[in-house]
Amino acid sequence: MVPPYWSDSTEMPTTDELPETEQSTDSVTDETETSIDDTAPSAVTFDRDGIRAGFVTCVPVALGVAGYGIAFGVLADRAGLSIAEVALMSATVLAGASQIIAVELWADPVPAATVVLAVFAVNLRYSLMGAALRPWFKHLSATRTYGSLFFMADENWALTMRDLTSGSRRGAFLLGSGLAIWLFWVASSVIGVAVGGVIDDPATFGLDFVLVATFVALAVELWDEASTAVPWAVALVTALVTAQVLAGQWHVIAGGVAAAVVEVVRRD
Amino acid sequence: MTDPLALKPTVVAVIAAMAAATYLTKAGGLWLLTRFGVNDRVEAALEVLPGAIVVAVLGPELATGGPPEWLAGSVVAVVAWRTGNIFLALVTGVGAVVVLRAML
Repeated sequence: MVPPYWSDSTEMPTTDELPETEQSTDSVTDETETSIDDTAPSAVTFDRDGIRAGFVTCVPVALGVAGYGIAFGVLADRAGLSIAEVALMSATVLAGASQIIAVELWADPVPAATVVLAVFAVNLRYSLMGAALRPWFKHLSATRTYGSLFFMADENWALTMRDLTSGSRRGAFLLGSGLAIWLFWVASSVIGVAVGGVIDDPATFGLDFVLVATFVALAVELWDEASTAVPWAVALVTALVTAQVLAGQWHVIAGGVAAAVVEVVRRD
Repeated sequence: MTDPLALKPTVVAVIAAMAAATYLTKAGGLWLLTRFGVNDRVEAALEVLPGAIVVAVLGPELATGGPPEWLAGSVVAVVAWRTGNIFLALVTGVGAVVVLRAML
């Protein structure tokens, strides 16, 4: 999974595209000094090209996410939230499944502890997803890393892993793709409150399938018969069993942790 | 009818707590790794994590679907494998699921 040093992203952006010289010097120094180290993806860039690539790649996926945003807006409207409150929630929480569950739990007065706990539990899988970004993000500054992570959602995490494992080394891809998700998610949830009930069911247009399709494409990318067969089988069986027993997103955590444990034991 | 611009203090407070809890999950995993370092075992675990998460999301998701979702999933896999084009894979997959749901 070590990216080739000669991949296309080594091309330096022209100076008029990049007024902040700090960004381009970053990638230049990394490029020359770490090319000997072949144990880790070296020279991770963080520039406008990466942001743009992430944004553009993510737009079709974000359109699918917008279908859910409208459904979320409709539900939030029924729960009694105002447009301003919905916009605030979508802009600051930015986690679709947990927001939908939150407005389903909504009542008057708001059961605050229940809502926040449910949101935390549903989103706990993100900590594993964020951890998986480490081989590349360890090369980025704290501001860039923790700023980008705010914009991480399932769909753009999948696109980012696909981009990074293919050797692009574009550290800004998560931010760029996340900005697309953010924009479409906030706009569509506001539209959902405003129009209420026009797109009640995203399944009508196959929009409910976008998440599955994104993950299938990523699975194809990550598949490697020799090293993935055993951990994937463990993750699959664990996730299927957990999903039968526990509601929410616990099966993602259970599957990920089980595969990781088995891999550690196997290597010992 | 709710005032579209209403921002009730309690609602804003709950949203702020939701945002904080979510950010904690998004940033927390990587932060813990950075804080406590990575040894060989953690490295091995991290290596299988991306694929394992993908499979753990997909398995139950596909299990709740039926033949249209399974077939459309195969379409996505074949297109992604043959072309490496994510956009093409998504469009044909979503198109396939709409058609297959109408047919099957």
